[in-house]
Amino acid sequence: MKKRANSKFLISCGAIIMTLAIATAAGAISDAYKENIYNPGTLKPIDSKLKVKVGQLAPDFTLPAVAGGKVALSQYRGKKNVVLSFVPAAWTPVCSDQWPGYNIVRDMFDAHDAILLGITVDNIPTLFSWTNQMGKLWFPVLSDFHPHGKTARRYGILRTDGVSERAIFVIDKKGIIRYIDVHDINQRPSLEALITELEKLK
Amino acid sequence: MVKVKLGISIMLMLMMLLGSSMSIAASLPAVGGVLPDLSPNFSLPKPKDGVVIIEIFSMYCPYCQKEAPNVNKLYDKIQASSNLKSKMRLVGIGVGNSSYEVDVFRKKYNISFPLYADGDFKIHKSLGEPRTPYFIGVKINPDGSHRIFHSKLGELGDVDAFLAEMVRLSGLK
Repeated sequence: MKKRANSKFLISCGAIIMTLAIATAAGAISDAYKENIYNPGTLKPIDSKLKVKVGQLAPDFTLPAVAGGKVALSQYRGKKNVVLSFVPAAWTPVCSDQWPGYNIVRDMFDAHDAILLGITVDNIPTLFSWTNQMGKLWFPVLSDFHPHGKTARRYGILRTDGVSERAIFVIDKKGIIRYIDVHDINQRPSLEALITELEKLK
Repeated sequence: MVKVKLGISIMLMLMMLLGSSMSIAASLPAVGGVLPDLSPNFSLPKPKDGVVIIEIFSMYCPYCQKEAPNVNKLYDKIQASSNLKSKMRLVGIGVGNSSYEVDVFRKKYNISFPLYADGDFKIHKSLGEPRTPYFIGVKINPDGSHRIFHSKLGELGDVDAFLAEMVRLSGLK
């Protein structure tokens, strides 16, 4: 009995320590979202097992776009290099700060004949409300909601809680995967690293 | 006895942790107060008996992008004023932005005033993690000490009104 009381005490102390650790994890958030960003705290950096590799043909997918209609990866074959930017979830801190950055560097994508496809497992109405806060985006935002996370699962980046990893895939005009960055979910990938990979496509 | 010792050591651990988390979670710059030490990534310019306006921004923040032309206008007005040109400095700190990302922002919006990179969020944490854009007005005293006279989240609004307000609040002559 005494032992049990001790372990209960230890568990509650552990819970307090974890709460404190979570409360200190944060990033810069634009005032564009006001108080509407949910902070999930610090998460396990990577929680999935990649199923594709560099040099392989990228698995095709067709997904609904927030702007309407559907977008297939294969429609860019022979025409454009493609950057897939999977982010875990709408209305969370790091994700809300990632695409608006890409939104001001369209010229950098254009210079490398590349299109950007933003993908999350959220549904269209949620993505609509969220991306509206970012201003007008120049790239398609796709919903991998139903069947849930099918594309993320195919690429091996669906986490055990049902959101995708924060992952970048660079796919060349032949449809071959040239670069994969399954990033620590808690951090934003650097723009410089992505642009460096696009430069290598020439 | 063992339980008491265990309890005390856990309490000590908690207090240490709480102490360390509180030192990380600084509060926002307060009017009337001073800026924390933000070295080595940023050191406060010291125009003698002058004023420094600091914009906390991020290349990744949509409001900062929208605000950029307005902040440029503020800089142009300061430069165009023979009185303010030597007394008022405008600087930006890109929180969570690498030098490369700050440079992208500078080029995109043709920014002429100095921008600093805070890639590891160290400055952002020291300033109490403000949302962006956030503006801080600092008066530099003749003896080199300083005092915060403005600390506010959100856009500048009307540039002329903002500039007049900065002059008024700082007591700049």
